[in-house]
Amino acid sequence: MTITYHPYNKNESIILDPLQRRVTSKDVMLWGALLILLGIGVYAYLTQWFSGLGETGLGRPVYWGLYITNFVFFIGLAHSGTFISAILRLAGAGWRKPLTRAAEAITLFSLPFGVGSILIDMGRPDRVMNIIFYGRFQSPLLWDISAVSLYLFSSIVFFYLSLLPDIALCRDRLTNVPAWWQKMYRMLALGWTGRPEQFERLEKVLDGMAIFMTLLVVTVHTVVSWVFGMTVQPGWHTALIGPFFLVGAIFSGTAAVVIVLAILRKVYHMETVLPVSLFNYLRKLLIVFTVAWLYMMLAEFLTTGYGNLADEMPVLWQKLTGDFAPMFWTMGITVFVLPIIIFVFLGKNNIGWMVFASISINIGMWIERFLVIVPTETRPRFISPLMDGFAIYHPSWVEIAITVGLFSGLSLLYLTFTRFFPIVPIWETTEPEEAERLTQEHHV
Amino acid sequence: MAKWSMVIDLDKCVACQGCSIACRAENNTPAVKPEEAKLGRAMRWNDVFPLPVASPDENGTYPNTTMRYIPRPCMHCENPPCIRVCPVGATFKNSEGIVEQNYARCIGCRFCTVGCPYGVRYFNWHEAKWEAPMAEHLNPDRVEASGVLEGPAVRPLGVVEKCTYCIHRLQKARAQAEAEKRDFRADEYVPACVQTCTGKARFFGDMDDPNSTVSRLAKSTRAFRVLDEVGTEPKTIYLREG
Repeated sequence: MTITYHPYNKNESIILDPLQRRVTSKDVMLWGALLILLGIGVYAYLTQWFSGLGETGLGRPVYWGLYITNFVFFIGLAHSGTFISAILRLAGAGWRKPLTRAAEAITLFSLPFGVGSILIDMGRPDRVMNIIFYGRFQSPLLWDISAVSLYLFSSIVFFYLSLLPDIALCRDRLTNVPAWWQKMYRMLALGWTGRPEQFERLEKVLDGMAIFMTLLVVTVHTVVSWVFGMTVQPGWHTALIGPFFLVGAIFSGTAAVVIVLAILRKVYHMETVLPVSLFNYLRKLLIVFTVAWLYMMLAEFLTTGYGNLADEMPVLWQKLTGDFAPMFWTMGITVFVLPIIIFVFLGKNNIGWMVFASISINIGMWIERFLVIVPTETRPRFISPLMDGFAIYHPSWVEIAITVGLFSGLSLLYLTFTRFFPIVPIWETTEPEEAERLTQEHHV
Repeated sequence: MAKWSMVIDLDKCVACQGCSIACRAENNTPAVKPEEAKLGRAMRWNDVFPLPVASPDENGTYPNTTMRYIPRPCMHCENPPCIRVCPVGATFKNSEGIVEQNYARCIGCRFCTVGCPYGVRYFNWHEAKWEAPMAEHLNPDRVEASGVLEGPAVRPLGVVEKCTYCIHRLQKARAQAEAEKRDFRADEYVPACVQTCTGKARFFGDMDDPNSTVSRLAKSTRAFRVLDEVGTEPKTIYLREG
């Protein structure tokens, strides 16, 4: 039998604890609840599949609604992981290490839901292969599909590589788990033995991929925005839409990391592994993003408002004072006012406040996505406002059920993952001197 | 090569909506229930709608009121924003400038519907259905050219459809000329809305022929194109009132 080396981590037992937990009645209830919500979503989708998109509240001119909002939101959420593990890796920010995996898991799991949202929005999902057979790269939708699938694929590889040493650790440490579980670890570990040269190679690959992933972070969400930006519609056709989407994506993604980390910390008693200092780092990042978001908002709205172009103004007024004003100002409060007050004055060392602000940010960012998409559609240039059904959009139960289903599916996937794999990277969070000592030993 | 174009004289239009109805009968666009129409799902390839005059939302207050109507088929742009964004090439401009829709290929993503600044594209939210007597009187024409359905045969659920300038009438006119072993003349092809127009406000023809009615009318000082500033270069041209 080959000898496997694992770096020594004093918190190993804490990190591995969720994997060895007994299934309690609370767990079953939570899974059951999420499964029921997911089931309702599936039922709603089947309804839509058989009778068509008429089951939604969509119409003319509001052709895109909740589904496309979800698409943009989920892809935005996905930017958490790559930002934290790739960009901060390049920046050499060592504090990120305990939270990389939790963040990357958000990336990995929300991407399929983003892709799913697009498929759900299709009038003819049975013809999805036409995109491959007849795909036209002149269409921003094809850019989207290429960018997102590349992003998904790269994320899987990036995530899996950094998970590899820990799978091997699970294989060797968790000997009392069921046989199929052991078998899964054994297969997924790909014979990892933890020799120093393996770690060296792994670090090298991860560094290289981090550069690539950083490029993807920027590209993917910019491309997502171009689905709107490349049309000539008022409110969408602006060069700022790309950078604005990107800032929003990293913003909501990072806030989502705060929420997830706080839950993990509480539920799995990881107070020592995920210290408050981590949250303080994220808090500082979020202060920057909050301000950056406001900057983008002002840059866009002031340019549009000052320019006062006849086609653009109805869309702007729809947001500021029109049908969407309640949503717009709620967004302003939840994305900027509350977070900035909380993060600057109340959030320091206070996880409760930070989570509250992060939830507020994510609600607000979902609204922001909605407000980018729908108000523009409600003020088309050449559809008469005097006609029946003009600019009315009330999401139907089908759309709401599918949206809820998607979010519960994401939660379910995430929490299932935390019961099978260590959610805090064990090999990356070892004390540096320990790792070095081990390296020397192996060379002897 | 012909370049098909339509001219609509707003001075002559009486807003009778005969064109809308002719289009419906010719192209089998399904009628929808009133509650569906309230959701904005009415299908009118050729719509005739009131335009706000006084303020963005109204026609003024009594006694200073004005009414203004505009009939709106597809603009058949030379530079159509809809075909640019289609991910599968289900909508395309043919060699004679008509913007067509391939119903068999459309995936229903509705990118073209949000991309079109004129709102001329309609989506099949539900399966098309007709009440019993109407169902027996659908236009039976089914014209397929280069494997693509161009006729008014009923479209399937979940795809986008639009005004085709009654392209099946062009196919039929060409076929007739061929059968009679003579050259096809541009004036043999007229869309249903033009044929039916009560006020004779609509003209149709070949813009490539400098002597055609549409060519001459397009040079009128009253001629304008809707949303010209967007750069779409519409081939449906209007003549201003007054």
